[in-house]
Amino acid sequence: MEITLTHYLVLSTILFAIGLVGIMRRKNLLMLFFATEILLNATNIGFAAISHYLGDLSGQMFAFFIIAIAASEVAIGLGLLIVWYKRTGKIDLDLMTSMRG
Amino acid sequence: MFEAIAFYLFAVLTIAMFTITVMTSQALYALTAMAAGMIFISAFFFILGADFLGAIQIIVYTGAVMALYAFGMMFFDTTRNVVEKQTNPRIVFVLGVLAAVMVVAIFVAPIVSDNIEALYPINSQVGNTQAVGMVLFTKYLVPFEVAAVMLLVAMIGGIVLAGKKMDRSLTLMAEEEIAMIHASNERHPEKGEH
Amino acid sequence: MELYLYIALFAPLVGSLYAALFGASPKSYHTGLIASGLLFTSLVSSAILLSYVMGGHTVHVELMTWMATGDLYIPFGFVVDQVSVVMMMVVTIVSTVVHVYSIGYMDHDKGFNRFFSYLSAFVFSMMVLVMSDNFAGLFIGWEGVGLCSWLLIGFWYHKESATWAANEAFIMNRIADLGMLIGIFLVYWNIGSLQYDVVFAEIHNLDQKVITWIGIFLFIGAMGKSAQFPLHPWLADAMEGPTPVSALIHAATMVTAGVYLVIRANPIYSEIPDVGYFIASLGAFVAMFAATMALVNRDMKRIIAYSTLSQLGYMFVAAGLGAYWVALFHLMAHAFFKALLFLGAGNVMHAMSDELDPVKMGGLYKVMKGTAILMILASVALAGIWPFAGFFSKDKILEVAFSSEHYILWGTLWITAGLTAFYSFRLIMLAFFGEERYKQYGFHPHEAYRFMLVVMSPLALLAVIAGWFEHDFVRLVTTLLPGFEFHTHHVELMLIGVTSLIAVGGIVTAILMYRNGPLSTKWEEHFCYKVLINQYYIPKLYNEIFTKPYGALSRFAWKEIDIRIVDATVDMIANAIYKTGENTRDIQNGNLSTMLRWMVIGLVVLLALAVAFTVGYNAIGA
Repeated sequence: MEITLTHYLVLSTILFAIGLVGIMRRKNLLMLFFATEILLNATNIGFAAISHYLGDLSGQMFAFFIIAIAASEVAIGLGLLIVWYKRTGKIDLDLMTSMRG
Repeated sequence: MFEAIAFYLFAVLTIAMFTITVMTSQALYALTAMAAGMIFISAFFFILGADFLGAIQIIVYTGAVMALYAFGMMFFDTTRNVVEKQTNPRIVFVLGVLAAVMVVAIFVAPIVSDNIEALYPINSQVGNTQAVGMVLFTKYLVPFEVAAVMLLVAMIGGIVLAGKKMDRSLTLMAEEEIAMIHASNERHPEKGEH
Repeated sequence: MELYLYIALFAPLVGSLYAALFGASPKSYHTGLIASGLLFTSLVSSAILLSYVMGGHTVHVELMTWMATGDLYIPFGFVVDQVSVVMMMVVTIVSTVVHVYSIGYMDHDKGFNRFFSYLSAFVFSMMVLVMSDNFAGLFIGWEGVGLCSWLLIGFWYHKESATWAANEAFIMNRIADLGMLIGIFLVYWNIGSLQYDVVFAEIHNLDQKVITWIGIFLFIGAMGKSAQFPLHPWLADAMEGPTPVSALIHAATMVTAGVYLVIRANPIYSEIPDVGYFIASLGAFVAMFAATMALVNRDMKRIIAYSTLSQLGYMFVAAGLGAYWVALFHLMAHAFFKALLFLGAGNVMHAMSDELDPVKMGGLYKVMKGTAILMILASVALAGIWPFAGFFSKDKILEVAFSSEHYILWGTLWITAGLTAFYSFRLIMLAFFGEERYKQYGFHPHEAYRFMLVVMSPLALLAVIAGWFEHDFVRLVTTLLPGFEFHTHHVELMLIGVTSLIAVGGIVTAILMYRNGPLSTKWEEHFCYKVLINQYYIPKLYNEIFTKPYGALSRFAWKEIDIRIVDATVDMIANAIYKTGENTRDIQNGNLSTMLRWMVIGLVVLLALAVAFTVGYNAIGA
């Protein structure tokens, strides 16, 4: 029973779907960040798998950059979150409706 | 055979961990489950021969990102149960499943796999780390530098954003003082930043 | 000579534009004076041209090219020949008189300047109509006079009856103009040119049937403008306009445009005597028909309007029987005395504070001597008593009918001549003689301004003497128009005698019947009276047959089609957009969680499209 690219891609897709469910479900901003991490990791698996099965390092390169982006996102995101928390004492998404149209 | 067992084992584990991350109402569980999920993902990288990437995954995610989240969690005081109002939980799952099914449908369609060609073939003479280094510092030098700058900016931004009002220690204040600060912030939101 | 032609043509336009400059400002005499002065210039130029044309020359100029596409070439060409110069003289004389008269008549009107602008514009259009050397130019003038007529009938636009009459006149003319346009198209279709000289030279090469159709359609146009049956009701209603307008447009000039068209197109009508005979029969019918309606009417202006209708019928008899110069002669003579009659009626109206019912007047002779004398002169001329203008022209028409052996036509016209004399003098007797009934109604009549009477006198003079120049007239116009062979020399004197007899008889009867004021009211119960006073119920009939169904149709289109379909569609689109906005406002509730959900929904939609295209592409590729 050989593991093919498709297996990895399906796994990646399932993880991505879990991430999607997370970002839709979570109302706590910190937990929402967790879900975005899941999304990024899911794509990483996809890139690494394609890189492997094609024999091309580009996929891995993209995975690196995605990890870099994830790290920056966490730094900035948490910083903003802290500012918000200091102002309002809440990090609940349902209460952040200042952009109401 | 070994590869298959490893794949399925880690696949099940990763899915389980991430599901817990998404579904649990305990923030601590979520954090722990995600850290475990990240490590399990690095296992896939090792299976796929991307040793360097696997190492990076463990170092960056489990080491740096998770530590940041842990600090954040402590700061936000979310160690208790996270109370979230759920609206239409069914639609959330339906959408998730639909997206997954369709991405799978696209992946299994022959047109995708037929039209891809290797741009930088893996040189089997050298190890993965060396090969990555060669590609990263030749073909991807500019993006690499840009990413480095981006990380620097993110670091400074994070410090600036989080570091405001660090001169006042909330932990050393009495409850009334904190309430007073909050009250004055609410009255003059822009004043608190100075 | 070209210079005089341009002066005659464009002086009224300049006057009109000058008056239009002050159209919205309060009354200023200079507009009236300048417009009148320019018209007098036009009159002088026309007179110079007349003397030139009498010397046997004609003037033909091409101002500029108007349309040149493919084979179609229509210039702004103008011609002054024996026919058009007569028309020019008639138009300019009457309009100059009417202009000067209007300075007095419109004295107290707020729209003084506007009035002169319209009036001069009318004269310009009329000049274009008569001077054009092709059918297209004629049509421009034709429409121009129609437009000015509409403006002037509806001059007092705050009166509902005036606007109604203006629209009626315009719409009836439009129906007829369609016929005229078809006629012009047929001419172009078959001959390939609209120039008179080309068309008339080629016309006899065409198929008889085609000529007949051309003749019929052109005559439909003439019927509208000259208010022949069945398109006649607008003329009587057009009396809603100011009286000088009635004198100029609805008696002397515009309504004769139809006659002018038939005269101008005489080579066409000479080819189709059957159509000509129809025209003559219709003319005789209208002459009688209108005269009977004038017998009982109790509106001074309407009586004169019906008389105009009747005289137009006379002209069409002559034109239809091929005696074109006789028609033109009667046109000219009629213009003078009918304009005079209308202007006199205007004086009376002024004196009586716009009261038009002659039954309420009576005995006005004592206060309005000048007007009375002028109107009596005009009425005598209209009745056709020797040696007044009407005698010569009307008598010639009867002679034409007799000579063509159309004795029924002759009989009809003969009786009509008696009726004409009767109703003219009925009006005179009721208004100017007898008991002074106006005192009962509290009127204080006064004579009009002296200059108004003075300016009317040239018309009176022409009404008297115009007939004396019959031989010169014949010599002038028969160089262009075909002559008419009279076979009645043996009975000529007898015919004249019989005609004069019935005219005098009519006058005497009227004087005897009305010498003691109006007849007793028991006449009004009579069936004949009712039919006549209701204009043979024709307006009512038109109202029932055309206006009401059309109104119902319009209402249906408004209520059902416009509101239910057109409006509803537009409203539906607007409502749909509005409702969509109202309902999708929730998306923009500022809640990030909801937005994320929408983002995922968008993603799913895009993925679905991707799948659909992939599957579709594979299906085609395989």
